[in-house]
Amino acid sequence: MTYQPQKNFGTPESRSDEAVSLTIDGREVTVPAGTSVMRAAAEQGTSIPKLCATDSVKSYGSCRLCLVEIDGRRGTPASCATPVEPGMVVRTQTPQLAKLRKGVMELYISDHPLDCLTCAANGDCELQDQAGAVGLRDVRYDVQATHLGQDKDHSNPYFDFDPSKCIACSRCIRACDEVQGTLALTMEGRGWDSKISAGFASDNFMGSECVSCGACVQACPTATLVEKKVVEVGTPERSVVTTCAYCGVGCTFRAEMRGEQLVRMVPCKDGKANRGHSCVKGRFAWGYAQHQERILKPMIRKSISDPWREVEWDEAFAYTASELKRISEKYGRNALGGITSSRCTNEETFLVQKLVRAGFGNNNVDTCARVCHSPTGYGLKTTFGTSAGTQDFDSVEDSDVILIIGANPTDGHPVFASRMKRRLRGQDGRPGAKLIVIDPRRTDIVRSPHIEAQHHLPLRPGTNVAVLTAMAHVIVTEGLANEAFVRERCDWDEYSHWAEFVSQARNSPENLQPVTLIDAEELRAAARLYATGGNGAIYYGLGVTEHSQGSSTVMAIANLAMATGNIGRRGVGVNPLRGQNNVQGACDMGSFPHELAGYRHISDNKARSLFENDWGVTLDPEPGLRIPNMLDAAVDGVFKALYCQGEDILQSDPNTAHVSAGLAAMECVIVHDLFLNETANYAHIFLPGSTFLEKNGTFTNAERRIQPVRKVMTPMNGLEDWEVTQKLAQAMGLNWNYSHPSEIMDEIARLTPTFAGVSFVRLDEAGSLQWPVTADAPDGSPIMHIDGFVRGKGKFVVTDYVPTDEKTGPRFPLLLTTGRILSQYNVGAQTRRTENVAWHPEDLLEIHPVDAEDRGVKSGDWVKLASRAGETTLRATVTDRVAPGVVYTTFHHAVTQANVVTTDFSDWATNCPEYKVTAVQISASNGPTEWQEEYEALSTRSRRVETGIAAE
Amino acid sequence: MTSEERLVHMANQIATNLATDAAPVTAVADHIQTFWDPRMKRMIFAHGSDGLSPVAAAAIRLLADAQNGG
Ligand code: SF4
Ligand code: SF4
Ligand code: SF4
Ligand code: FES
Repeated sequence: MTYQPQKNFGTPESRSDEAVSLTIDGREVTVPAGTSVMRAAAEQGTSIPKLCATDSVKSYGSCRLCLVEIDGRRGTPASCATPVEPGMVVRTQTPQLAKLRKGVMELYISDHPLDCLTCAANGDCELQDQAGAVGLRDVRYDVQATHLGQDKDHSNPYFDFDPSKCIACSRCIRACDEVQGTLALTMEGRGWDSKISAGFASDNFMGSECVSCGACVQACPTATLVEKKVVEVGTPERSVVTTCAYCGVGCTFRAEMRGEQLVRMVPCKDGKANRGHSCVKGRFAWGYAQHQERILKPMIRKSISDPWREVEWDEAFAYTASELKRISEKYGRNALGGITSSRCTNEETFLVQKLVRAGFGNNNVDTCARVCHSPTGYGLKTTFGTSAGTQDFDSVEDSDVILIIGANPTDGHPVFASRMKRRLRGQDGRPGAKLIVIDPRRTDIVRSPHIEAQHHLPLRPGTNVAVLTAMAHVIVTEGLANEAFVRERCDWDEYSHWAEFVSQARNSPENLQPVTLIDAEELRAAARLYATGGNGAIYYGLGVTEHSQGSSTVMAIANLAMATGNIGRRGVGVNPLRGQNNVQGACDMGSFPHELAGYRHISDNKARSLFENDWGVTLDPEPGLRIPNMLDAAVDGVFKALYCQGEDILQSDPNTAHVSAGLAAMECVIVHDLFLNETANYAHIFLPGSTFLEKNGTFTNAERRIQPVRKVMTPMNGLEDWEVTQKLAQAMGLNWNYSHPSEIMDEIARLTPTFAGVSFVRLDEAGSLQWPVTADAPDGSPIMHIDGFVRGKGKFVVTDYVPTDEKTGPRFPLLLTTGRILSQYNVGAQTRRTENVAWHPEDLLEIHPVDAEDRGVKSGDWVKLASRAGETTLRATVTDRVAPGVVYTTFHHAVTQANVVTTDFSDWATNCPEYKVTAVQISASNGPTEWQEEYEALSTRSRRVETGIAAE
Repeated sequence: MTSEERLVHMANQIATNLATDAAPVTAVADHIQTFWDPRMKRMIFAHGSDGLSPVAAAAIRLLADAQNGG
């Protein structure tokens, strides 16, 4: 396929139901009311010349190139700014229009460098195209050097800004304002003197508010804002639609290629999750895929003190299979286990759990979702009957009140955050939605351009349940519950029991204030707003789940939504924001030790026998070990071998000392990954992995949307990840013969009722599908629980606040909570290997000015962060974003290893670790701790490779 | 914490969080039956009631009896 830019309709789509018919150039066309004449023409296949209009932003009407003639109207209106009217008769091509357009183009070109042949955008430039379209042949004006000869701004690592080429169309400004919502750009000067600036005149892009989302680059019609990669390699020659492999938003991209080389990732307008937008990670941070540190050959070693030895794939598979068999014979089959990855595809994940259940002969399979969203699975399944969010992302457009708890969407889920912010700002005269944020930190969304949360409740970390119960208290005792909804949809007795509990005086906001540190009046106001403000939608993240009462908090959220009737239609719902790209999918695929694909318990005879018949094996009906249980069993000497695909448990799991003790006690640790990650320091076998650009499969995003991942280049390591698992299974004697991931999906669909209608063919047709996809809902289910809950009646669960066992005291007086930032991703294995380090070169500790002063700490100082579990050092930044008594850091860098200090307390129901609360002390420091030094030495030792070049 | 201590801690934590259930002992027993692997169950059965809250201890007895009984 040759390169085709995405179709540009000039102005955004109208959502009106009313249809309007008009005639353009003699042909009749029918479009929704509110559509511009320009868009109506484009839909009919007529392209009207344009420069300042693009369909991602509202029209501006400044370039005057899109003039048309309309019967009965005087003059020549701008088609981008003229809405259609019934019976309108429009002409887009007349001699008079041609003359006017030529005149406009001449003016533009007279102030534009004529170096088209050497310009990076040559062949992909709208100015060039439009000059051609209007038949411009010569320029009568003297060159007016208003814009020429200015310095380029190269400060952003991914795109350049060349102001000499700017035509002052303001598309970039509008994209930053309307699409991204950062408002980083402004226009200085007027008319032909106008210049684009990132904030102050002295600012460059890097020094500005810019978050490098790329929306302005996408909107720019010229080479003024252009990807550095395009400058370097040239314009693309073909494109393939695929899905971002970073976060749970699941943005659709076009991978634009030159041969096997990726030129750029461009967000796809048809993407239902992102609607044409992107963030810095998906748009630009894919350089890790070709990073020199990628391991491309399998490696093995007898002991972790030996250097690695490179081997061929066949030897690697034979050796791995023989080790697994040896261990199984010596210690019993329960000594083996596997960890699936939320970064890998559904098909790959399904194969890993199948290998464990059918090949290893036990249910010791878990996924990294254990450490993030396992409480979501438990909580939503218990209350609603299904382990997933209730809405699609579009739903936010109809919300009136948005409640965010324990999530930081502008950093963690940036593209969804932009869509949410659009709703919060209000649009076209419609007032914005109201915002409630429950978070110990003042996250960016609390106060950002044109957005101010009505209520920010900066609670004490670890008191989510108390805050939500207090809100329920207000809703029930003030008579704000939607009892009609509850009577119809939920179990009334359970509701009454719950309502009686939350109404108790001990659960009032006033009574709980000393625990939560939330002003009772403020909490009451927030509860009233959520209950009575119209469509109320709750969005939550790991700040909810990663607590000793993570599951209870999820259920408390579900209780609130049911009590107020905020379930089962657009604009409302309970929405977990998933961390990694395929957390939802990994859970759906049966990665948990107690559950088969589709959330059916392993002891369910009917479900189990379905799999047994299909696979031709007998499955163990008892649940297997979860990740923390595996590590305990390893320390006890009974768990000996682990196949770990695409996860770095040493860095991402809590209490690093315990994880390393567990890994060190195993005889065979198999790491299947792109890089020699931290876990690989303890590995005996390394199987090189492939990137999302090198394989076929599907990811499922936070809205249950199953989306295709398409191979755009040959795997550098030779095999796609599902092939690696299959060959390992074959070496162990299993009779697997998949020739394409589509066959794995067919098996998933055959065995999983909610996936019954899913296939690669259907996905290609529809672009994406939201499960359940069944005979009743062949096109998927954007909103769940519409006419009733999946479990039948919605279940209210009493959630009593239980303080965590992790307590502050004289030795550890501060509470540490952890999180992430926009430019880095998870343990950073990918993003640290891209230019994104420009934004976040190290993990920093946020500390309140009062606490900092007490300890004599200033911004930039090295501090020691110590807990009961361990200690590490990092640099401090003093800020009142965090409350007094609370400190905060990220865990993106291996050298910091924030998890050295996190404890192994965990959620009572799922063992999801309590990352968000650790009692700590901070003190001045002048260098790395003993642990950091020892670990550094171990890493260097452990990464030696016998032949070839050193790995890292 | 040893593995055994951790299991005791986990069982107590489950019992505390299910204390408001209509039938806490059965709820705790069900939870452990659903989520713990056989070795973890064997370990807690063998452990006796030391350090366990009354509800947790009763739940584990219930579970152990049910398993022994069939
Ligand atoms: S990259 Fe994004 S944030 Fe930065 S100026 Fe452009 S639109 Fe704004
Ligand atoms: S930088 Fe590009 S989009 Fe922005 S005003 Fe200039 S030409 Fe238009
Ligand atoms: S928001 Fe998430 S899915 Fe979208 S581009 Fe960014 S990292 Fe990728
Ligand atoms: S495209 Fe309509 S005025 Fe510029």
